[in-house]
Amino acid sequence: MEKNLALLLLLSPFAGFLFNVFFGKKVSKGISGAIGTLTVLVSFLLSICFFTQVNQNGKPFEINLFDWISVHNFKISFGLLLDQLSLLWLLFVTGIGSLIHLYSISYMHDDENMHKFFAYLNLFVFFMITLVIGSNLLVMFIGWEGVGLCSYLLIGFWYKNQDFNDAAKKAFIMNRIGDLGLLIGIFALGAAFSTLDFTAMSSYIQGKEFTPFQATLIPIAAFCLFIGACGKSAQLPLFTWLPDAMAGPTPVSALIHAATMVTAGIFMVTRMNFLFDLTPEVQHIIAIVGGATALVAASIGLLQNDIKKVLAYSTVSQLGLMFLALGMGAYTVAVFHVITHAFFKACLFLGSGSVIHGLHGEQDMRKMGGLRKAMPITFWTMMISTLAIAGIFPFAGFWSKDEILMVAFEHNKVLWIVASIASIMTAFYMFRLMYLTFFKEFRGTEEQKHHLHESPSLITIPLVILAVLALIGGTINLPGSNWLNHFLEPILTTKHEEHSLGAQEYMLMGIALAGAVFGILWAYSKYIKQEFVPSEDADIKGFSKTIYHKYYVDEFYTFIIVRPLNSLSNFFRTTLEPALGKVVFSFGTVANGMATQGKKLQTGSIGLYLFVFVIGVLAIISYLFIVQ
Amino acid sequence: MDVTTILILLLAGAVVTYFSGDKLASKVALIFSLGSLAATLNLLSIYCNGGDISFRADWMDIPKVALAFKADGLSMVMVLLTTALTPLIIFSSFGNSFNNAKNFYALVLFMSFAMVGTFLAADGLLYYVFWELALIPIYFIALIWGNGDAEKRQKAVLKFFIYTLGGSLFMLIAFAYLYSKANSFLIEDLYKLNLSATEQCYIFFAFFLAYAIKIPLIPFHTWQAKVYQKAPTVGTMLLSGIMLKMGLYSVIRWQLPIAPLAAKQYMPVLIGLSIAGVIYGSVVALRQKDLKKLLAYSSLAHVGLIAAGCYTLTIDGLSGAVSQMIAHGFVIVGLFFAAEIIFRRYETYKIAEMGGIRTQTPKFTSMFMIMVLASVALPGTFNFVGEFTVLYSLSQINIWFVILGGTTIILGAYYMLKMFQNTMLGETNAKVFADVTTNETITLVVIIGFLLFFGLYPKPIVDLVTPSLQEILLNINR
Repeated sequence: MEKNLALLLLLSPFAGFLFNVFFGKKVSKGISGAIGTLTVLVSFLLSICFFTQVNQNGKPFEINLFDWISVHNFKISFGLLLDQLSLLWLLFVTGIGSLIHLYSISYMHDDENMHKFFAYLNLFVFFMITLVIGSNLLVMFIGWEGVGLCSYLLIGFWYKNQDFNDAAKKAFIMNRIGDLGLLIGIFALGAAFSTLDFTAMSSYIQGKEFTPFQATLIPIAAFCLFIGACGKSAQLPLFTWLPDAMAGPTPVSALIHAATMVTAGIFMVTRMNFLFDLTPEVQHIIAIVGGATALVAASIGLLQNDIKKVLAYSTVSQLGLMFLALGMGAYTVAVFHVITHAFFKACLFLGSGSVIHGLHGEQDMRKMGGLRKAMPITFWTMMISTLAIAGIFPFAGFWSKDEILMVAFEHNKVLWIVASIASIMTAFYMFRLMYLTFFKEFRGTEEQKHHLHESPSLITIPLVILAVLALIGGTINLPGSNWLNHFLEPILTTKHEEHSLGAQEYMLMGIALAGAVFGILWAYSKYIKQEFVPSEDADIKGFSKTIYHKYYVDEFYTFIIVRPLNSLSNFFRTTLEPALGKVVFSFGTVANGMATQGKKLQTGSIGLYLFVFVIGVLAIISYLFIVQ
Repeated sequence: MDVTTILILLLAGAVVTYFSGDKLASKVALIFSLGSLAATLNLLSIYCNGGDISFRADWMDIPKVALAFKADGLSMVMVLLTTALTPLIIFSSFGNSFNNAKNFYALVLFMSFAMVGTFLAADGLLYYVFWELALIPIYFIALIWGNGDAEKRQKAVLKFFIYTLGGSLFMLIAFAYLYSKANSFLIEDLYKLNLSATEQCYIFFAFFLAYAIKIPLIPFHTWQAKVYQKAPTVGTMLLSGIMLKMGLYSVIRWQLPIAPLAAKQYMPVLIGLSIAGVIYGSVVALRQKDLKKLLAYSSLAHVGLIAAGCYTLTIDGLSGAVSQMIAHGFVIVGLFFAAEIIFRRYETYKIAEMGGIRTQTPKFTSMFMIMVLASVALPGTFNFVGEFTVLYSLSQINIWFVILGGTTIILGAYYMLKMFQNTMLGETNAKVFADVTTNETITLVVIIGFLLFFGLYPKPIVDLVTPSLQEILLNINR
């Protein structure tokens, strides 16, 4: 029974995918969208069922379907694991997934390829579920690569634009760099423990002395897995694909590039917490990379003018904060922030989509302004989410971000300062976004102004639901109750110490809150009081220009990797290949007396050549007999 | 019933096709190739139930040559690859019309016959005869029915012919030497020979020249791209899908177990060379302007990885290599067919003249995409199973091998997606692209179905080859 339900949970979105691939074009757009949404909703409802069961009795479901790949020292089966961690992820992946599908019915209604959009979106949810409920690293890897594929397909959804196609390709390739790391990590674990099964690895690691061989492999494996996480979760130095990924339709940005797929790296590290706990060096690297990413991305976000780009950098920055927590061994804190972030960031992206929809495709905030009155629901839901991401009491983001800052304060003061600065910047650029978009006068064309309107209810309903979650989402792990901590306890090897609220905690909360308020006031004085509107691209000068172009990281990569690779390819193709052909061939002919003869006899008469050849063969064989 | 049934069917098929006339030739050839596939499947089921399907008869007394066809899991999988791809390749050509179709299809079946013989032969000289026999039909196919300028084509094809034949001669010399020692060409006798390390080295490298040219490994690959480009697509499919696997199969069957000491001694060099080919092929593919040539270099990269797997001398490396051979055989045939489908409409292989096809044929686009993904070994395709296992075996030997060999994961995605973008995506092409026909769809669907099914459930194939590979490993480690 459980097995069938779990399979249904997994395959329902896949059925939606198949339906939309084969029949999507034949049915009306409404039906295509409805099927897409309902199949995800089925998974959501089943996730709730499994969740309540596991929540009650604490026993995970493990289901083995069939043997998949085997190598000499172990077998990898196709297995599913529904435990606390995967169910948590399932809930918000399928829950937010359903809402975003619903939203897309309206958002994509004018697109001629709407059925394809739903097909890809369903396929994405299917792979995301695979990623989350795989019982071993390799099944997880199917999902891991599968969501990457869907990300590729959806970023390049408007395939007639080659810039979008380039962004899609870039996302896929940068992810593959991480994937190579992940694969090598998997190989190292396979060699060390002869299993890739999460439960088996975890119990093996927990009661054993390691051989020197295993001891050397463990840090390598952990580090390589982290490289994989860097690719998928857009951490330094592999983060530049995510801002470009905004080329995709906005629901895609909300679902894949904010709420779910990009959190896969955090999921994986949490899943493998037993491994990372063994390697403080790697944890240290994770914390530093996370902190650096949080700061760098937030600083880039300060100056972006494309509404989606601001949110993209904000996502990178928030993911950095999550990795910071992971690096300090505070897995539940990271997971907590993943969940609250999924609520408010999905809401923000969908809200920005509503704005873009209202302005018929305009994404530049310099051409917005004053939308508050025309789009009240969009405004208020986005405002709640902005307060949440800025970390204002009592919104969801306050609680989760506060925990990250507390953990950072205990472990490493430098990283605490870094995270705090990133948080202040977050408050600033998010309110900058709100002020530029919704306040003061409208700066677009008269034509647009005339058509300003609130989006239809299929768009606003998901916004309202997500805004409510962004408001109250913090309750799952309030200090004192700590429900999430208790719930996740079984999957963690090191127990997370509880925060009792003392003077220090209140002080830290106060500092964080003051920082957020400072960021907001800073934005207020600049964009409301001084009525500043960011300058045109050509007028951006000095260091601002460097930041605006994300510190020229992409240009740097082009310079040190892409261009040399292409020159090398050209050199190989035009110079080395022909030269090699001549040298090797002439060497071959010289070395081979008979071939030389063949060359002399090169009249196209292959019959003659064959004749000579047969004679040669006969000569050699008869020679051997005479000798014997 | 034994394995000669397949050979007889294919040979008879070639003869009947020749006499059936140009109009019927393609259909007759298809029927006979399907018959050989049915025979293969039937024999496989007998074999799996423990039946003996090998064949042995005396042929010549002086020198002592036997008509020995030994079927084990490895051979049968390779035969299956041949007899499954042959009807597919013939069927895929139904959209083309050839002059002298009877000759063309007779040669295709004859080539298939020779390749099956190569995979089954258990006698050195018999094997050598089949090995060389396979070269003749492809030479004529490429020469007579190829495309492009006739003179250039003649040059490229002749170079290929002489080159591979020249390499094979070293193998013949090696066999002659082995015969002088064992007084037999039978493979089991050759396995038993106690050769000194020096002798093994000479034998090993004599074999190596033949195989490195056929596979091809760098720097012996220079014949490949031009021949793939000039040959008619059917020929390119036969070459890339099946014939180059003759070289890889022979490494496992002949080269490694006959000269294991040399194989062990030179293992790092050989793996290094193979991996260099992976990187080299990928880098050259990045900037290719001709679709067929790009696929040729992608093929060079893939076979490099397969060869690296073979030379690890581990069960993982060998079994991954075999999976990868099958998977690559199917996917490369599919990709070359996709190139052919475009060629039938646009009459060009130049990528720059393509682009913007997707709007006009969403069905073809999706199928092409799936094959591109299989080629870059996305999990869920059979190619992933092979690539994963090979890379795993490399990681167990030296971490650098897997880091360098693993670049195929990144570079492969780079050149394949770039190719896909430039051929299929972008603003709708002004030239009309007629939607794929039913025949074309069937061919692609079969290929995709195969790759996806065994991607999720590779067990039947892996279980079939593993015992034979283990036996070969026993001989290597004797």
